[in-house]
Amino acid sequence: MDILVCVKQVPGSSDVEVDPVTGVLKREGFSTKLNPYDLYSIEMAMSLREKYGGTVRAITMGPPQAKQALLETVWMGADGGVLLTDRAFGGADCLATSYALSQAVHKMSSYDLILCGKQTTDGDTAQVGSELSEELGIPNIGNAISIKLEREGFITVTQNLDDRIVTAEIPLPCLVCVDGDINSPRLPSYKRSKQVPQNAFTSLTLKDIEDQDKTHYGLLGSRTNVERIFPPEKNADRKTLTGTSSELATQISDILKTGKFIG
Amino acid sequence: MAHLVIHKELVNKENIDKVLKICPFGGLESECDELLLTAGCKMCGLCIKNGPHGMITKEEDQTPVVQIDKSAWKGIAVYVDHSSSGIHNVTLELIGKARELASVTKEPVYALMIGHNITQAAQSLLKYGVDKVYVYDYPALQDFLMEPYANVFEDFIQKVKPSSILVGATNLGRTLAPRVAARFHTGLTADCTKLEMKENSDIVQIRPAFGGNIMAQIITPNSRPQFATVRYKIFSAPAPAANPAGSLEKMTIADDRLKTLVRILSVKEKEKVMDISEADVIVAAGRGFKTQADLDMARELADILGAQLACSRPLAESNWFDAKHQIGLSGRTVHAKLLITLGIAGKVQFTAGMKGSDCIIAVNSDPHAQIFDVAHYAVVGDLYEIVPQLITLCKEAKAHALS
Ligand SMILES: Cc1cc2nc3c(=O)[nH]c(=O)nc-3n(C[C@H](O)[C@H](O)[C@H](O)COP(=O)(O)OP(=O)(O)OC[C@H]3O[C@@H](n4cnc5c(N)ncnc54)[C@H](O)[C@@H]3O)c2cc1C
Ligand SMILES: Nc1ncnc2c1ncn2[C@@H]1O[C@H](COP(=O)(O)O)[C@@H](O)[C@H]1O
Repeated sequence: MDILVCVKQVPGSSDVEVDPVTGVLKREGFSTKLNPYDLYSIEMAMSLREKYGGTVRAITMGPPQAKQALLETVWMGADGGVLLTDRAFGGADCLATSYALSQAVHKMSSYDLILCGKQTTDGDTAQVGSELSEELGIPNIGNAISIKLEREGFITVTQNLDDRIVTAEIPLPCLVCVDGDINSPRLPSYKRSKQVPQNAFTSLTLKDIEDQDKTHYGLLGSRTNVERIFPPEKNADRKTLTGTSSELATQISDILKTGKFIG
Repeated sequence: MAHLVIHKELVNKENIDKVLKICPFGGLESECDELLLTAGCKMCGLCIKNGPHGMITKEEDQTPVVQIDKSAWKGIAVYVDHSSSGIHNVTLELIGKARELASVTKEPVYALMIGHNITQAAQSLLKYGVDKVYVYDYPALQDFLMEPYANVFEDFIQKVKPSSILVGATNLGRTLAPRVAARFHTGLTADCTKLEMKENSDIVQIRPAFGGNIMAQIITPNSRPQFATVRYKIFSAPAPAANPAGSLEKMTIADDRLKTLVRILSVKEKEKVMDISEADVIVAAGRGFKTQADLDMARELADILGAQLACSRPLAESNWFDAKHQIGLSGRTVHAKLLITLGIAGKVQFTAGMKGSDCIIAVNSDPHAQIFDVAHYAVVGDLYEIVPQLITLCKEAKAHALS
C-alpha cells in the first residue's frame, strides 16, 4: 500500500497573547514543531506499511522552513517527502490550502491512501483533509480509529462518530482523517536522522504544478478573509471575594443559597 | 482582494527583527537581509499596523475581482444532525441563531434533513421557528455516507440557493461541511463562537485561534453559500412555539446520485454515559489538589450539590479522572448553570471549554490566576481550608431546609 501523509508545521507553543491596548502580539521567540495530531496519522501509516508493505511519503505546504516537518516525518520512518512552497501560496485558507495540496498530489506518483491528521493546533479547523478529498474527487472518511486491509482494493475503516462507532469498507484510492489519541506515535529515530538519503525530498513551487493560475492559491484563492484578530474578552462583572477561609466559605454558601443550588 | 507589498527601501536588519516578532503566523521570513512573505501570511494586517511605519502596506489589486450577485442567494439553512438516537441538540441551537441572523436581513430559515423515515422528526423542527424543512428521505440515506450525503447537500444548495449554511461541529458535521464547501469553492469557518449578520448578508464569524489565545474575525466576502460550523452548547436552543407556521418540503434526487462504493459493515451505538457537557451543576478540580485522595473533598461537595465532577487536563492525564471528565479545548465544552472550579489556573485551553457557563465560582490561592478573568466570583484562598468548611455549611443548609 502506497501512502501519502499530509503533515503541517505549526507554532511550537500556542501561548501567544495580543496586548489589548496596542494590539501587538506578545510572544517569546518563534519555535515550530510538527502538528501533534499528525503524529497519530504518521504512526498509522508506519504500522500499515509494516503490515502490508508499500511506501510512506509525507507532503506539506508551508514556508521553506517547513521542510523540518518532512525531516521529522522521515526520522519517524517515512520514505521521503514533498515540500510545496511558493510565495503565491501565502495567506491560504482551508480551501486554497487543499487546492494547492491536490495539485501537488497530482504531481506525485500513484498512491493508494492519503492520511491526514484530525486537525492542526494553529488553524484548528479539521477541514483540510475533507476538502482535499473533494478536490481530488476520491472518497473520504473522518475520525478513523483503525484501518485494515481485508479485501483487495478496499480498506476497512472504523470511525468514531460521536454517539456511534461505524465500520465501513471504502475503495482505494481514498483519503482518511485519523482521530487523535488512537496510538502511541513512535519517536523520531536518531539513527534514521543520520541516514536520510539526499534524494528523499522534493520541492514543488507554483511553476512545477499543473494549474499555475495565481488566483487559485494563497490569499487570492481564499474565500474567507480574516478581518482582524483580538484578545479574548475578559469578564467585566466579576466579584472578588476576600476574607478568612471561613468567611470565604460562608460567602460561597450564601451565593449557592441565593442561586437555589442548595437548601 | 488586496495583497501586501513590502517596501524594500525601508527594509533593514532592525526593522526585520521588529516585524518578525509581530507576526503571529510565521507569515514573514528574512533571507539574506531581505524580507519575504511566506505561505503562513493570513493578511491580518498586524505587521502594517504595528510594524515599522510604511514598510509593509496593503494594496488593492488592479484587476478587480468579479463581484458575485449576493441577491441571488437567500435564506439561512441549518443542517439537521441526527442519528437513531434523535436530532442532535446543536441543530436546535443553530436554528435559534439562524433566526436571529435572519431577522437582520429578513431572510427565511431553512433546515435540511437527510436520512430515511425521518418525516416525523423533520416535522418536530417546525416548532423551533423553521420556515421550511427540506427533506430527502431515501433508504440509501439511512446511514451517513459521505458521497450520497454530499450529493444531496449539493442538490439542495443548487435548488434552494441559501445564502448561509450552519452545520453543527460534530464529528459528522466537521467532515461533511468541508466536503460540500469545497464542492462549491466557497468559504467555511470552523468552530465559530459568535455569529453576526451584516446588512449585505455577510456573516461576521468569530472563532478562537491558537488554542483560544487569539480571536479571529472572519468573513466570506465574495462567495455563496457561506458555511460555518459551530460546536454544541455555544448557542442556546429556542423555546418551542405552540403554533408553528413553517412547512415540510419533500425533495427528490436521481437514484444514481445516491450510489457509493463505500459499504457500511456495522454501526455500534456507544454506551450512553453521563456526559459532563449535559450537566447543569459542575465541580471541577485542578492541579491545586495535591493527591488523588484529596479529591474526596471535591466529590463530597459535588454530591451535596448534585453536581457532576469534572477536571482540568493534568488530572485526566495522570489518570485521576477518565478523559470524559476533562473540560476544555481537547476535552468537553460545558455550559453549566453553576460551575465551581477548585485549584484550576484557567489557561485558555481550559476556559475555552467552560466560559459559557452562567455562574462560575473560582477558588484559587493565586490572586493573579487567569481563571479569575472568566469567573463571576473570584475566591482568593486555599481550597484545602475553604472546601471542608463549605461542605459543612452546605450540609447545614440542606438539613435546615429539610427540617
Ligand atoms: C493543545 C493543548 C490543548 C489543551 N487542552 C486542555 C483541555 O482541554 N483542558 C485543560 O484543562 N487543559 C488543557 N490544556 C492544558 C492547559 O494549558 C493547562 O496546562 C491546564 O489546564 C492546567 O491545569 P490546572 O489549572 O489544573 O493546573 P495548573 O496550571 O498547575 O494550576 C493549578 C492552580 O491551582 C492553584 N492552587 C494550588 N494550590 C492551591 C490551593 N491549595 N488552593 C487553591 N488553589 C490552589 C494554583 O494557584 C494554580 O493556579 C491544553 C494544552 C494544550 C497545549
Ligand atoms: N499546509 C498543510 N500541508 C499539509 N497538510 C496540511 C496542511 N494544513 C493542513 N493539513 C492536513 O490537514 C489536517 C487538518 O488540518 P486543519 O484543517 O488545518 O485543522 C492536518 O492534520 C494535516 O494532515
